[in-house]
Amino acid sequence: MTLEAKGLHFYYNGQPVLRGLNLSLEHGEITGILGVNGAGKSTLLRCLNRILRPQKGVVMVEDRDLSKLGGEQIARLIGYVAQSQEREPLSVFDAVLLGRKPHIKWQATSHDLDVVTTVLTQMGLEPLALRQVSSLSGGEAQKVVIARALAQEPHLLLLDEPTSNLDLRNQLEVMELLMQAVRSQGLGAAVCLHDINLALRYLDRLVLMKQGQVHSLITPDELNADMIRQVYGVEAVLAEVEGHRVVIPRSATPREPARPATQVPTQEKA
Amino acid sequence: MKHHHATLPAPVAGDLGAELISRYGAGLRRRYLILVALGVVTILLALQGVAVGAYDLSPYKVLLILLGQGEGAQSVVVFNIRLPRIVAAIVTGWGLGLSGLVTQSLLRNPLASPFTLGMSHGAAFGAAFAIVFLGAGAVSTSALYSAGSGDFMFSSLYAVTLMAFAGAMAATAVIILLARMRQMSASAVILAGVAMSSLFMSGTILIQYFATEVEIATVVFWTFGDVARSNWREILLLAVATLLVSAYFLRRRWDLNALLAGEETAQALGVHVTRLRLLGMFLASLLVALATAFHGIIAFLGLLAPHISRRLVGGGHRLLVPCSGLVGAVLLLAADTVGRLVVGSGSLPVGVLTSFMGAPLFLYLLLKGRRL
Repeated sequence: MTLEAKGLHFYYNGQPVLRGLNLSLEHGEITGILGVNGAGKSTLLRCLNRILRPQKGVVMVEDRDLSKLGGEQIARLIGYVAQSQEREPLSVFDAVLLGRKPHIKWQATSHDLDVVTTVLTQMGLEPLALRQVSSLSGGEAQKVVIARALAQEPHLLLLDEPTSNLDLRNQLEVMELLMQAVRSQGLGAAVCLHDINLALRYLDRLVLMKQGQVHSLITPDELNADMIRQVYGVEAVLAEVEGHRVVIPRSATPREPARPATQVPTQEKA
Repeated sequence: MKHHHATLPAPVAGDLGAELISRYGAGLRRRYLILVALGVVTILLALQGVAVGAYDLSPYKVLLILLGQGEGAQSVVVFNIRLPRIVAAIVTGWGLGLSGLVTQSLLRNPLASPFTLGMSHGAAFGAAFAIVFLGAGAVSTSALYSAGSGDFMFSSLYAVTLMAFAGAMAATAVIILLARMRQMSASAVILAGVAMSSLFMSGTILIQYFATEVEIATVVFWTFGDVARSNWREILLLAVATLLVSAYFLRRRWDLNALLAGEETAQALGVHVTRLRLLGMFLASLLVALATAFHGIIAFLGLLAPHISRRLVGGGHRLLVPCSGLVGAVLLLAADTVGRLVVGSGSLPVGVLTSFMGAPLFLYLLLKGRRL
């Protein structure tokens, strides 16, 4: 087990966001964190690497209590891809080299440069290495951010909506690259995703979050319409197309109180 | 600093990786050359700056005098009158260029600089306050004509400097508090800076009503910065501070680079963002306070230098820190020399010229409205 979180509580302005949440992540597996806006997904990720400090609870990574580690020590264990990304005025090479920061004392060594070139090659970014990040397309820039997290040589990757601003092709490419990195290096990984179908297709386990707690912890095969109704408030059907399970949303259930689907005459959603 | 060469083994990435590292190293060396070239330009401008004036000397003659080959009168002119002014321009330009860079990087705001954030005016107000109300001005008329007459007394030097620092810090504190409120945009923070500048300027004018004529003369010079009145003690103080602060930011260059990628990303890379920002702004305020207390408000220099430097050496702070300092020095030297040439026997305060250069850039950045 690469990460184990127990009893996480986080309050923002006195309002509970996480309420006694437990979670564990395994090596070589990607866990998806799913739920509605405001369910606490992003907060959870930030509590896992102590960008936010949970008021209660423990996070252990590789059997080390994160609350007892400094920022750089944590950065050597956990790579993080934030949701909103700045286009830094650096070359792709320098932007990825930043990922070596937790390992660098005064100056980058030849090993650091080797790690960067290796990651750039893995991600197919080598032809862009000396371009400015600001000149890249959205998909390319997102790959740079993921490459930086991989250059940290972390044990664990946390990604907040890594595909949300990408077109279809780039979504698939980014997910494939992530899968490849996680499998080949035996990393643990957690990804916040809004796209359930992307999650079903690529992820090993799903954590469905509701109101700051884990509603259910399942494999993609175990997802059913009841869970989607309870977590998302959406009537949906699950179908199998060319071997992939897909969720087809039918309608939103009324907000309060939740009622059976037959009584919901709301409009169809795409 | 050491470079990384193509000969490095790249076991995983292979030949392609080695070639990439070699090209990366070549790009880095090219930018180091720009830095060296700037250093040479600084030296040449300095020699020219010492040569220009009522007592005409050639740059070559200046070089000889500096090497100890000069005659009595010439040596006096060079060492007591011209050189302090030139060294002051270099050190002050470096300090302001560096504080400009640091405020821009730490606040992630391309419009930030000591001048646009109100730090300079805060420092000038503090200095004026010390002179008029704390009696620091009794001997500090020398601040006006220090080359010829006596020096700043030590106690008044400290009083003026400390109060200037307090003024700059007051402006900085307000800016940091405002910048912390998340919804505040880059331009809104600068508007707050404008308000602060205006407030401090009014304060400085108000103080003049309580001042003697001599004190007023001393206070007025802060409104348009000038390096003409410099003495070695002030220069030494500013130089030591600038050197230490430069070393600190060079040490922290990875943290500053990480901040370019966003606050959350920086935190995830192990940067203690709040600590870096507070300590960094504190140090920048210190440099601004010293520079302003000794040489008045030099407008826009801190805005110009980092933007020119980014064009020259890119966005990485390993090169940006020394480059912003050098560009600041070159700009101030050039402004001072041109100012002396244009107005004949007298001289145009450097602040006038830096305003002419800086204000258009500021408007351009405002129009472009891009993030750092």
